[in-house]
Amino acid sequence: MSPRPGFVLDVDRSSPPTLFWHGEGYRLEKLPPGRSRVVYGPEPLRSLDDPVTAIRDALCNPLGESEPLPALLRPGMRLTIAFDDVSLPLPPMRSPDVRQLVIEQVLDMAAAAGVDDVVLVAALALHRRMTDAELRHALGNRIFDAFAPHGLLTQHDAEDPSNLVYLGRTDQGEDVELNRRAATSDLLVYVNINLVAMDGGHKSVATGLASYRSIRHHHNARTMQQSRSFMDQHHSELHSSNWRMGRLIASNGVKVFQVETTLNTDTFPEQFRFLQRREWEWTIRDRAAFLASSTALGRTPDKLRRSIFQSIKSPHAMTSVQAGEVEAVHARTTQSVYAQQLVSVSGQTDILTMGLPYISPYNVDSIMNPILVACLGLGYFFNLYRGKPLVREGGVVIMSHPTPWAFHPGHHPSYIDFFENVLAETTDPLQIGKFEEAYATDPWYVHLYRTGHAYHGVHPFYMWYWCAHALEHLGGVIVVGGDRAAVRRLGFKPASTLDDALEMAEDVVGRSPSITHVHNPPLLMADVT
Amino acid sequence: MKGLLFERNLPRFAAARVVSAIAGSGRGSAVGPLRLVDMPSPELPGPGWYHVRPILAGICGSDLATLDGRASRYFEDFVSFPFVPGHEVVGLVEGGDAALPSGTRVVLEPVLGCIARDIHPPCNACAEGHTGNCERVAFGHLAPGLQIGYCADTGGGWSKGGLVAHASQLHRVPDSLDDDSAVMVEPTACAVHAALRALEPWESTGASQNSGEASPPMVAVVGSGTLGLTTIAALRHFGGQVVVLAGAKYSHQKEMAIALGADVAVSPGELAREVRRRSRSLVASGHSTSGADVVVDCVGTGESISESLAMVRPRGRVVLVGMPSKVDIDLASLWHREVGLVGAYAYGTEQLSGRTRSTFDLAIELAGAAGIGRLVSAHYPLERFEEAVAHAGAAGRRGAAKIVFDLRAPIVKGPTNEP
Repeated sequence: MSPRPGFVLDVDRSSPPTLFWHGEGYRLEKLPPGRSRVVYGPEPLRSLDDPVTAIRDALCNPLGESEPLPALLRPGMRLTIAFDDVSLPLPPMRSPDVRQLVIEQVLDMAAAAGVDDVVLVAALALHRRMTDAELRHALGNRIFDAFAPHGLLTQHDAEDPSNLVYLGRTDQGEDVELNRRAATSDLLVYVNINLVAMDGGHKSVATGLASYRSIRHHHNARTMQQSRSFMDQHHSELHSSNWRMGRLIASNGVKVFQVETTLNTDTFPEQFRFLQRREWEWTIRDRAAFLASSTALGRTPDKLRRSIFQSIKSPHAMTSVQAGEVEAVHARTTQSVYAQQLVSVSGQTDILTMGLPYISPYNVDSIMNPILVACLGLGYFFNLYRGKPLVREGGVVIMSHPTPWAFHPGHHPSYIDFFENVLAETTDPLQIGKFEEAYATDPWYVHLYRTGHAYHGVHPFYMWYWCAHALEHLGGVIVVGGDRAAVRRLGFKPASTLDDALEMAEDVVGRSPSITHVHNPPLLMADVT
Repeated sequence: MKGLLFERNLPRFAAARVVSAIAGSGRGSAVGPLRLVDMPSPELPGPGWYHVRPILAGICGSDLATLDGRASRYFEDFVSFPFVPGHEVVGLVEGGDAALPSGTRVVLEPVLGCIARDIHPPCNACAEGHTGNCERVAFGHLAPGLQIGYCADTGGGWSKGGLVAHASQLHRVPDSLDDDSAVMVEPTACAVHAALRALEPWESTGASQNSGEASPPMVAVVGSGTLGLTTIAALRHFGGQVVVLAGAKYSHQKEMAIALGADVAVSPGELAREVRRRSRSLVASGHSTSGADVVVDCVGTGESISESLAMVRPRGRVVLVGMPSKVDIDLASLWHREVGLVGAYAYGTEQLSGRTRSTFDLAIELAGAAGIGRLVSAHYPLERFEEAVAHAGAAGRRGAAKIVFDLRAPIVKGPTNEP
């Protein structure tokens, strides 16, 4: 039976309660009947029967103006293979990770062609360095053991001037500075996981392997406000900037062979399968699993609960793989992402509700701090639309998350200062820019980014810029069940229950408002007409 | 006349210590050695002395430490029993003379130095005007006592019967200064002295006054109780371009710190990060590699001193203003980074812009200019001393700063101005 497409449920009196994610937990909430609807994503698409053969086919039959990979490989050449970092996919997938599958095939072809100067680079951009365990999980034992001991498995360092090369400026005055090894190789193979429509394309190299000097041109409040949305590349200034940079990179002779993969939305393992089922289709087993897990989680200390959820490995499976010239590849990739995630939704809503889960791209094996909560809700989920936002201008977003005033000191040191220092003064994305350079160039943050596992000092600014479109568009943001002080510091309103939040939202949007809940994750993208 | 008398009574000392440790600072006064008694006015010890009838008398952190039974045993030789506490005093001269007529409003400079003790020649410190450092506070014709308020012969401010003070200890209060501001002059003088100790390295060069090339000194103030807040005011008033960062536990303290001139006020746990960020330091062994030029510790615990050492730059200075007791701290960083740890006690004379000035004159100037009287949060009659002391012990938590006794009040009534 083919997977069913996405679906919009009009809530009536017979509708069962709706599942809301709530950090490391979930709630069942009754939405007001007659004026509420719930958006469900398409069911997981069928995965490729033989991913390895599909990968080899893609490498040998590239899209766009590109020769097959084997024809690009020759003895004596410098080959660099860059790959997406720990922020993808979410949750981390079961072994073997698609990066491992793709890179093994690339390496086999390189070996067959007699290429022996091969370096792997984790495309961190300004993200934290991956741990050895994370690298091993992403690449598999064989690759890790072959490259890591020889220093050939590297992680991009956006703060190492000796390993950066300046390629020039785009016609819009954007500096392009890139990883030296990647930019000076005879061939750069980029291996991507395209979890959402924002990922991939020229953004892979132009952001993933760039320096702060480059990235700052598109990671800012103005760009985000001009992206409607940044998940829709044709209406995204974020993408326009990366595309300009990508073309400049190509014009500098950097030969990029792009490999992009897409995954289905089979997100949770069997014991949590109810999380991706529609509530009225829950079996007795699903109900029992919900009750048992909710009760147990309610009695579990925060740290243990976090570690339980962070240990989840997703059964994601590959739905497509394409390789070749960047733009041609990405066009095909985007279609595959849309096929899995797009849901047609008619009309906007007064109030958009969302349950925020325990994980975002930036807290893998870490704490979902308040800034990441804001970014996941207002940056990612709000922007998962094509056409127009799910919520009308001046509407309200209600997010459900515990929003603890807690930070991982090793991963997010500058977030702590940003929360205490910057957000205490202003939450306006256009105003925080005056603090940016001090954070971006702070020697301590630079040191921790380069030598520890810390996000770059500027990263919390990017999280807040990610919210810029939503903050400009919305009339209010309410967080249900969050730490009140933390929620207020974010500039949002705290509410104890969803009913309270809906009542508070009516002060902004008027009586008897329409309500839409996005049942996410599994990931979905609303195509709003 | 009614007054509060503090007697040597070991069981009551012990009881106060236990109760205050369990129930909180100031809570031990009900079981401690402080009692409300009828007492005569103290006799004049000699010529040049005056009777002073208090109008307002403050409750100081050192008073609380004494009442809680947690003051250092170091002070045992500098106190004589029984004594009437109260050294932050504004009052009226009684039975004065031409030099100080009766009814003159004065504030008390309570240190009992060589001049008050009729010691001739005075010790080196007194001769140089540093009466706070007097070497003879346990000697002379008076019973031992650092200050009025700890001496059996002089009485103290917590008494309607009044106290006796030497002419050298009395400062006329300008009419422009109200009583609340005047009672704050003594703690303000401590703060002025502390601020000038903090700025001492720049006094000779005048660097803190420059707005030119060199960046102004960064001073972090740990603690924003009365002493912290008045120190912030003094740093701002006398420190020119100095950058003042305040650590304040409560929101009203943060607001007041900013109002009195701090550039930024953050929670105590955030202060070290604020200093690190502003000094663009790295961090090693929990210490900023650079840091604040000066840290003024207005708390005086082992924890606050350790924090201060962690946020001061190498060769910087930590000024201890809050009264410490026995503490357990790791001084390795002090040694390794050649940090100066200096005390700041009381007052005397100061060097300011090349001139020698009385600390009290500077404090009177500051109290008026900065509106220091606003720190007085509640007035209590003597009869409600247990409540007053408990309020003072929990001042920060209860949204207050300085608690004072109002000696004018003939009738018992509730506190005023309590937020």
